[in-house]
Amino acid sequence: MSGGETYRLHVDGFPRTVSGAWIGDSLLTVLRDALGVTAVKDACEQGRCGACSVLLDGRLAASCTVLAADADGARVVTVAGLGTVGLARAVRATFLAEGAVQCGFCTPGFVVAVTDLLTRRPDADADELREALAGNICRCTGYGRIIAAVQAVQRDRAVQRDRDAR
Amino acid sequence: MSGGVGASARRPDGPAKVAGTFPYAGDLRVPGMLHGRTLRCPHPRARIRRVDTATARQLPGVAAVVTAADVPGVATYGLIIADQPVFAATEARYAGEPVAAVAAVDARTARRALAAIEVDYEPLPPHTDPALALAPDTPRLHPAGNLYREIDVRHGDPDRDGPVVIEDHYVVGMQDQAFLAPEAALITPAADGGVDLRVATQWLHSDREQLAACLALPEDLVRLTLAGVGGAFGGREDITLQIHGALLARAAGAPVRIAYDRVESFLGHPHRHPARMWFRHTATRAGDLVSVQARLVLDGGAYASSSPAVLANAVTHAAGPYRVPHARLHGVVVRTNNPPCGAMRGFGVPQVTIGHEAQLDRLADAVGLDPVELRVRNAICPGDILPTGQVMGGPLPARELIQLVAARPLPPSPTAGPAGPTGLTLPGGLPAAADPSRVRRGVGYALAYKNLLFSEGMDDSSVARVRLDLAADGTPRASIHSACAEVGQGFVAIAEQIARTELGVDQVVLRPADTAIGSAGSTSASRQTWMSGGAVRGACVAVADRLLARVARTAGLPARVVEAPGASLRITAGRIVGAEAGLRLTLADALAAGPVEAEFTFHHRRTTALDAAGQGDPHVAFAAAAHRAVVDVDLDLGLVRVVSMALAQDCGTVLNPLALRGQVEGGTAQGLGLAVMEELVTDGGRVTNPTFHDYLLPTAADVPDLDFVAVTEPQPEAPYGVKGVGEAPTCTATPAIVAAIRAAVGRDLRRVPVRPQDLVDLENPVDLPGAPGGDPPA
Repeated sequence: MSGGETYRLHVDGFPRTVSGAWIGDSLLTVLRDALGVTAVKDACEQGRCGACSVLLDGRLAASCTVLAADADGARVVTVAGLGTVGLARAVRATFLAEGAVQCGFCTPGFVVAVTDLLTRRPDADADELREALAGNICRCTGYGRIIAAVQAVQRDRAVQRDRDAR
Repeated sequence: MSGGVGASARRPDGPAKVAGTFPYAGDLRVPGMLHGRTLRCPHPRARIRRVDTATARQLPGVAAVVTAADVPGVATYGLIIADQPVFAATEARYAGEPVAAVAAVDARTARRALAAIEVDYEPLPPHTDPALALAPDTPRLHPAGNLYREIDVRHGDPDRDGPVVIEDHYVVGMQDQAFLAPEAALITPAADGGVDLRVATQWLHSDREQLAACLALPEDLVRLTLAGVGGAFGGREDITLQIHGALLARAAGAPVRIAYDRVESFLGHPHRHPARMWFRHTATRAGDLVSVQARLVLDGGAYASSSPAVLANAVTHAAGPYRVPHARLHGVVVRTNNPPCGAMRGFGVPQVTIGHEAQLDRLADAVGLDPVELRVRNAICPGDILPTGQVMGGPLPARELIQLVAARPLPPSPTAGPAGPTGLTLPGGLPAAADPSRVRRGVGYALAYKNLLFSEGMDDSSVARVRLDLAADGTPRASIHSACAEVGQGFVAIAEQIARTELGVDQVVLRPADTAIGSAGSTSASRQTWMSGGAVRGACVAVADRLLARVARTAGLPARVVEAPGASLRITAGRIVGAEAGLRLTLADALAAGPVEAEFTFHHRRTTALDAAGQGDPHVAFAAAAHRAVVDVDLDLGLVRVVSMALAQDCGTVLNPLALRGQVEGGTAQGLGLAVMEELVTDGGRVTNPTFHDYLLPTAADVPDLDFVAVTEPQPEAPYGVKGVGEAPTCTATPAIVAAIRAAVGRDLRRVPVRPQDLVDLENPVDLPGAPGGDPPA
């Protein structure tokens, strides 16, 4: 059974139209099932695990707890739309270099959340990092290598800032 | 050549995973596919009088409805004992048991079809207390009875006692694997009458065997390919949706995507066994263990899953890694109307470690020794006799591990630090930060050992095929084919590292894991680096031998060189060199004459079953670990913050230091979860918290940095001297944390996980409810 709703979204820079949707569909459902955006993962559908993290008009959101109807007209950025340069590229690269990826199912959500966090709080200390990333669950790594990766990005960018300042 | 054995080589699947393009099983879609869903019994025990699917079948968009009547082959399946119905037919034995499945054009239609199936249940009184499962007035809950297995290990003189006696009961709750990607598969009926499955699993060939039996198909018509697996931890060792999806795809004649959401995942796979345990330790006044008695009751739930093997682990490890002259270790695993339990990381050992380590701490108190000193005094050494009569092989540096971990620097006191305690560093965190004057700190230790590989006479071999050829650009390339399930642990990196080291090539490609090759066995029991790593290495060595023999023959070298080319020629960094023969050519030139391929089957040493007295040589080898935990407890709210964790672990040769670190940190976090957060709660057999909102998992704010020391003595008979590393730290993290809480609050804490309500009202010396009943000594 499909409904009669039509939503217009900007997903990773492209205008996308969803038609025949149900009024109760979550943004996550629409992204994965109607638009085939499988970079957004579905793990709990309660906003507890962060696997479906996206930026919604620039703000970090669990797409499973957002109604697609409420996201009509919004800009949605998934891990695939974060870009291949700058901070997001650095986050991806250090996740690989520091061993922050095992099964990887949490990784797309983490990359979005970490990129968002370091944009807002580039110098957050370890306690703040851990608290701020507590909305993203990883069952494999125990978080040690994820925190190490985030701190490696912070160090690299601090070095870069110092260099730019000279 | 870089990225060989010993390097922190990167995972080949990593770039796709960080980009969001790695295809997990739940991401797979094909045009025209149907959506499968499962109807589950809401009652923990019920007679099924009638299942009426007529209305559901007639709904527009419904392509197939299947029930027990549609299973063409064997009606039941199971990892060890085939006692679980594909669909409940006449009786359902747990709340959540599958009764029917539907395939429809979309998920919403499939849900509506489930609602349209009429099942006439006659609820029966459920039997959910494992301690009563074998009582004379408890009915048989299954034709096979209520006892999955009983093991009685008698060692030395079980009646011998030391003068110091510690005796108590302990309870462990039900933990869930909670892998992040729920179960999913894409299943396609094939023109040849067979079926093709792309599925997230831990053991392709076991799935195939069970599928073929239930579908009444020859195994070669049941083809499985591993789809991307988002974690496993034991929870994908059993069949869940595979048979249901295959029945639907064959009935509908169309591809079926079948996938669980989180609630169904919690109901759909077996969990870690809850345990009730009684221990009696006796020792000399100086603190030398004289005897250990243990009686264990594991709740296997409604169906067998891997219960018999879990019990063997629990019983044979019940005395811990200690020298024990006399022991009587008895255990049963029983059937109840609770959810089925099976494999989870540690496989029976975490439960008994919680018990024996609590006992050791209390014994240390009783004889006036430090907990570390008592463990050092009693730690097992290679050459010692285990309670099964098995001689402990080596290495097993248990004593060194506990000493190492005790010597690690302690974290600063709770009120120290430049800014003093903050909401981020106190129990309760930002939302409920403790009053610093009401925080008490504790330090605790745990030591454990865990068997590696399958036990009790199993020959769980692994096959790999390796091909060495030239890539399109003319560079040498090794291709590896293995059915080893990559579930996140990093075998894909290890396999490539082995091929680089053995064949001297940079370029290695891994073929998808599937059933076109022989079994690699299960990704469990800390076995794949050893077993499938051994198979890949063996195949590489055979490939090298064949290539060198061909080179020797072509170069006209003497017959003795052709017959044993490895003695005169070697492959090194893209070249073949033979100093004696004056031969040197590039690998690329050698491969111009054609590719070389070999298959190898790796076997571990033979073990034996346990006899009637629980004696034998059941385990291939062991790995040990020791944790130290430091906790702060909020005395008002009963909240715990784990401040620091230190781990010393017996790792064998390290093939990939970064992957090792990831395994031990992840294992520690899962043990932390069992200590203070994770419990799947049942009420009269029904799971009451099957969501991530109610089943709490550790987050980055809950898990401290791990101070990790690896002890790397090579394991004889294992390829490169490796040991499996994923399970041992899960066994020790939980009891170390519980010991630290015990030290902080001075309460016995005989129930795990420790909940906030177990830690308040501390003026009352008695444990709150949850103080165990356990199994009384016979």
